[in-house]
Formats: sequence, structure tokens, C-alpha cells
Amino acid sequence: MRKMTDPPEKVDWKCARCGETLEPGKVTVAYMKSRFTVDLMKCSECGLVFIPEDLATGKMAEVEKILEDK
Amino acid sequence: MDQQELRKLEHQCIQEEPPWCTATCPIHVDARGFVKQVRKGDWTGARKILAKTMPFPGILGRICDHPCQDRCIRNRAGDAIAVGALERTCVESTHPGKKVPPLPKQDKSVAVLGSGFSSLTAAWDLIRKGYTVTLFESENRLGGSLRYIDPGLLPGEVIDQETDILTDAGVTIETEHPLNPDTIRGILENFDAVYLGLDTEKPIDTGFAVAPDPFTGSTELTGLFTGGSAPEKADFSPVNMAAQGRWAATSMDRYLQNVSLSAGREKEGSYDTRLFTSLEGVESRPAVDPADPKKGYTGEEAVQEAGRCLQCECLECVKICPYLAHYRGYPRKYAREIYNNASIVMGERKANTMINTCSLCRLCETICPEDFSMAGLCHEARTDMIQKDRMPPSAHEFALQDMDFSNSDKFALARHQPGFDTSTHLFYPGCHLSGTAPEHVFSAYSYLSDQLSGGVGLMLGCCGAPAWWSGREARFQEILGEFKTRWTEMGTPRIITACTSCHQMFSEGLPEAEVISLWEVLEKAGLPEKNRPEPPKTPVAVIDPCTVRHKPKIRTSARRLLEALNIKVDELKFSGELTECCGFGGLMGNANPPVARKVLERRVQQSPRDYLAYCGMCRDRLAHAGKRTVHLLDFIWKPETAIDPAEREDPGFSYRHENRARLKNRFLREVWKERTREMEAYEKIALDIPKAVRERLESRRILTEDVQKVLHHVHEAKGPVFENSETGRYLAYYRPVKVTFWVEYTPQHDGSFLIHNAYSHRMEIIEEP
Repeated sequence: MRKMTDPPEKVDWKCARCGETLEPGKVTVAYMKSRFTVDLMKCSECGLVFIPEDLATGKMAEVEKILEDK
Repeated sequence: MDQQELRKLEHQCIQEEPPWCTATCPIHVDARGFVKQVRKGDWTGARKILAKTMPFPGILGRICDHPCQDRCIRNRAGDAIAVGALERTCVESTHPGKKVPPLPKQDKSVAVLGSGFSSLTAAWDLIRKGYTVTLFESENRLGGSLRYIDPGLLPGEVIDQETDILTDAGVTIETEHPLNPDTIRGILENFDAVYLGLDTEKPIDTGFAVAPDPFTGSTELTGLFTGGSAPEKADFSPVNMAAQGRWAATSMDRYLQNVSLSAGREKEGSYDTRLFTSLEGVESRPAVDPADPKKGYTGEEAVQEAGRCLQCECLECVKICPYLAHYRGYPRKYAREIYNNASIVMGERKANTMINTCSLCRLCETICPEDFSMAGLCHEARTDMIQKDRMPPSAHEFALQDMDFSNSDKFALARHQPGFDTSTHLFYPGCHLSGTAPEHVFSAYSYLSDQLSGGVGLMLGCCGAPAWWSGREARFQEILGEFKTRWTEMGTPRIITACTSCHQMFSEGLPEAEVISLWEVLEKAGLPEKNRPEPPKTPVAVIDPCTVRHKPKIRTSARRLLEALNIKVDELKFSGELTECCGFGGLMGNANPPVARKVLERRVQQSPRDYLAYCGMCRDRLAHAGKRTVHLLDFIWKPETAIDPAEREDPGFSYRHENRARLKNRFLREVWKERTREMEAYEKIALDIPKAVRERLESRRILTEDVQKVLHHVHEAKGPVFENSETGRYLAYYRPVKVTFWVEYTPQHDGSFLIHNAYSHRMEIIEEP
């Protein structure tokens, strides 16, 4: 899952509930029977995870496909 | 699929069968491969190919009587490829390649009597098999009857050079060795096996009668084998002499190894190949004449002649199917890949997408000279993947959810005609037509109710085809079972389908039911006269859905309706039994949108005419590709909007949902005078989705209702949301079931939402404790 662990870029989004900015942090994601930890941006207060469009439609989709065919 | 089934399938696909030239050649020279190299001007490569099967290419290449040419497919479009002449040019202009490396030695010794071409071949083959070989010749030089051939064609020094290879390879040559009954008796006693060449008119005097088995070359005398033919005879054939020497050498090897002489040798010698090669579009071209017939082809002439070779192969299915072409193979290879895919215990199953991409349209099977069915193969593989819980969830999920929507309270409906408590007929318009042309479904039902007696019931829903296509047999049976229960309750009425997929599912799944298409019913009942639209001024091309390939009655009815409607038809080459898929069938569009797009593009390119479809999905797919396409019903009942029906856009997945839901409500309100379903809270959320965003959502398979659910979650359940400090927009996500949807939006003053973007992923974010 290395592909998904590139350091996140700075984002313009902030958590609307807490009003806090997003900071890189460890997040556990799961699909099929796999579970792993990746670095993603999340709310420094409540931990809400942000997934940008290019990640969802790019690397994340690739990894999903690999796991589906495993 | 077990090994045996795989082999049966591999045998059924004939792409790897040899071409006629190779099959006809007694020693099976790869003439097609040889000619291919000549065509490229690669003479060394060409000679290498000859040397693979030919003994002494320098000799045989000059004198071969080329029986291959008699059965060359090019004969039917000009002349046979002059393989013999090409071989001559090749061996005259090249040298023998590297020496053959020595082979593991056998501890048996064999003798070869005579040095005609069959004897030379036997000696060569036996030394290559590792035996100790001694060749006895009564003359003082090798070649026997070869020396009688015109030296202009086969110079004596070539025979000398070529036969030197035998000495180099380790054959002991005994020339001037008298061959008479005495010496032969001695040889028979001293060697483990003996080959007796009969390549001369005056055969060697053995002192006993020799009656060889024509197939194995064995004789009554154990260990003695024979073969060959004399050049003076009418049937003299150098390549047959080579073949006889070779077959005898094989027999001697088997005899010495103590194994069956005859088992598994059916394809030795000329045989009929099963390879089919189409001549469609092949122009007739005569053979290239050499400027100097005595000298044969120059290099340039040879390249030209080789250029006429058809390089025979079948690929009939691959030529007409963009899906089969996409994976760069052919069914035989695919069968192996699918077999391997199922056998993988750990690691990536590389054929999953290939298996799920087939449209199951069965055109390949119709075109194939051997009826190979990719549909059968892929459908079975899908069923197997489902049973083993190895089906990638994303491949079909969207289509299955669409099916569930249609069978949910939002669309599903079953009613007798008002005023009846039983039905003689049941109209089942299907989910596609209801999604694309709900007003036609409404008109058709009203018309059928008027025309048919005994009560025409209506049932809205999905027949379960997506479950069947995706290999989910149990789920399909469940849906069919529910349909059957309701159909039985309604008095087992005759089922009228507007969609041929429904027709197929019901007629195959419920053999006890009478299933008939709307087109057959309308043909018989007659068309409505009132309010009928004008027929088009120019002919249309009819798009037969792939599901009617083997339903000629439905195809005929559709055409009779067109005739009655005064619509001129310009038939496509790929129509009727040869019709093509629009890229929706088999859920191809779900599993592999880019390949489905290629299939659709091919369909679009078939004709510049406007298309007329009588399948809702074909209509929408073609419209989506920008092709002017009408539905047959557009000429029976006037559409409610004024736009040209051929210009009507593909409604898309979301709007088809909406159309279905509205159609149900309209039926309930206007026909049954019933209250309609209460809308769920999320459905009431008003959205403003610009066209470009709508198209992106469509291609990402994100429905309007998915967007509504996210917004409902944020605003009612205080779900997660981000705010952009630059743009002021919001970004929210929600995971209703197995997919997480992200929506970027701006709330509007009127309470609606302007949608800027949406995307999704299947991977789940695990909430930290």
C-alpha cells in the first residue's frame, strides 16, 4: 500500500464542525479483507479524515482494484 | 472447469490449427512461417524455419514437389503461393546454419542401407535421436537416385556438401560396401535395427521378400524397417521420400524404446486441417512470374510473391468483436487464462476483468465455424467466481442496485386491469423502457387494455437479468421466484414483454409461461390509428438487440410493424442473427466502461443512417454516443415533448430512476386512482446540478439520490463536513452502504443545493477510538 502513503499536500479545507485546520496523521483504512495505515489529512481536533478527489479516483481506486482481484 | 473441459474448449477454437500448407506437407514444414520471413526479406530467418523440419534443406529446398501448393487457400483467389520456388531461392542464397549440438547418446546402434533421400533422412533423424548410426552404400558416393536429378537444379556438389553434415554429426559412412543377401544378413545380426531404403528402381537384393507396413515402415522381420520410392516412378516425390525415411526413423526409435509403434501418430503425413480462413475482402492476385523461369525467383521477385500469402488464420470472432480484440488473444487463449484464473490460490487474478467484460451477446458463437461460445465460457466463470466468493464487488454492484431499485416499492407494481379480478394477459414493460420512455409504456398499456379481452394486468419491475448476467444464479432464481408467485396469483396470464432481455429471462426461466413480445402482439392486434406520428422521410437502420439474435419471430414482427408504419429500412450488415451488442449486455458497461465504449463506437460506425431501436437500452446507449436514434414506439405514439425523438438525449442512470418512479405514480393516480408513495425525506432535497457535473456523476456512477443522501446526512444527522476557506464551498461525505460518496456543494438561499462535484471510493475509513 506504499502507493497511498505519499505525504499529503497542504489543503484549503478545514473541519466545518470544529473550525480547525487539517494536519497530516495516521489513518486506518480497510477494504475487502485488508486493513492498513496511511498518512492522510485530518482535523486536528476531532480527527475527521479528508480524502481528496484525486486520491479517491486515482491511487485509492487502483488499490481497490488490486485488492478485489487478489 | 476441469482439465478435460479446458482441453475440449481449446480444441474447439481452431485459431492454432495449422494452415493447409503445413497440414498437407508430409513432413509439416511451417510454410506460412517461412513465407512470412521471406516477405520481410529475412532469408536467414526463412532458412532457419525450413531447417526446423526439413532434413537437408539444401537438397529438399531445391527439389521439393510442394504438395502444399495444391491446397493453398490462395488458389481460390489467384494462384497458390509458389512455396517450392521460394524455398529454392532461399536455399540457393543462404548457407546452412550452425552445427547441430550433439544429443545425449543412446546405447543402441542402427544401420541404414542405401543413400537415397529416404535413407539420408532416416540416418539424419536417427543420429539426431542419439543412436550410433552406420550408413552402408554400395556405390562410391552418397545420394543414390538424387544423382539422377537435373544438376542444373541440384548440383552434385550440393549433395556432397549437404551429406557431409551426416559425417559431421557422427554417422559412420561405409561406401562401396556390397549389399547382397549375405552382407545384409550380417548387418541384421550386428545392429539393433536396420533401415532399408527403396529409393531406386532396382531395389537392394535382400534375398527375402520385404512387405512393409505402409504406416510404420516395419516389416515381418523384427528390427527391419523400410521406406522410400524410386525416382523413375510416376508418383516420385522427394518430400515423400523424406517423410518415409522420417516415419521409419520414428518407428525404429519406438521399436528400440520398446513403446507402441503406432500410438499418437495420426497426424503424421498429410491431413485435413480444421483451420478456417475467410477470403472476404481478399482480392484475386496471380502468382509472380520469375523473369528467368530456369533460374527461378530473384530475391526481389520472391519477396513480391511472398507478399501474396494470406498468412492463414481464423480470428473470425476477433475481427467482429472489439472485446475479443481488446485482450489481444482469441478464445483458445482466453479459455486457458480463465482456467488459470480460477486455479490461483494466492496472488492476482488477472482475468477477472476480462471475464466480466464479455457482453454475452453470442455473436462470436454465431460467426465461429466451430460454434465456440465466449458467452458460455465467461458466464460459467462468473457463476464460479460468485460461488467461490471471488467476484470483485465493484464489477456489477451498481447494476444490481439499479435492479434492486426497480424491484423496490419505488417502481415495482402488480395490478389487474381496473374492473377485473383476473388477467388473461400481463404487460411487463421492463425497467429500461420505463426508464427511457415512460410515456410510451403508459400509452402501450392503455392500448393493450383496450385491444385485448379478459383483462390486461400490469407488472413493473426488473426481470433479474442483471443478476443472471453477473453470475448470481441464486439471486436470479429468487427474483424469478417472486415474479412467478405474483404471476401465478394473477392467474398465469400470457406475459407480454417490451424488452427482449425480459423475454429471454422469462421464457428460459419459466418454461411453463407463455411469453410473447409487444411487437408480436401489436402486429397481430394492429396499430393505433389515432395521433400517429409522421414516418421519417429517409430510411432508418434497424438496431436488433443482441437478445433477439436467436428470436427470428420477434425480429420479423418488428419489421412488419415498420412496414405498416411506412418506415423504410436500410438493413445493417450486422443485423438479424449477426446483430451486435450496444455495450450494455452482460453488464459490460459496468465492468469495463472503456471497452463497452469501443463496442458502442463500432455499432455507431455501422451506418450514417438514423438508427431505429426496439430495445430501450440500445436506444439510450446509442443516443449517449451522439448517434441519432429513435425507438420504434416513437412512431406509434407521439412523444409528449416536441423535440425530434432522434435527438432525445440519453436520460442517464439517475433520470431513468426518476422516470420509473414517476411512471409508477402516474399509473397509480391515473389508472388505479390510488394514492402514491410518500417521498422519503432525502428525496425532497432539491439540487441544482450543472450539465458538466451531471455528466461526471453519470460516468462515475453516482446517482442524484446518492448526492441527496449525503446532503440529508449532513443536515439532518449532523454528518461530517469540511469548509473551504478559499471558495466558501462545503464538502461532505456519507457511506450509505458499501460506497463512500463525497459531495462538494454550496447551499442556496431557496434551500436547494448547487452541486460542484462528487466522487466516491469503496475503501472504508476506520473511525479511530
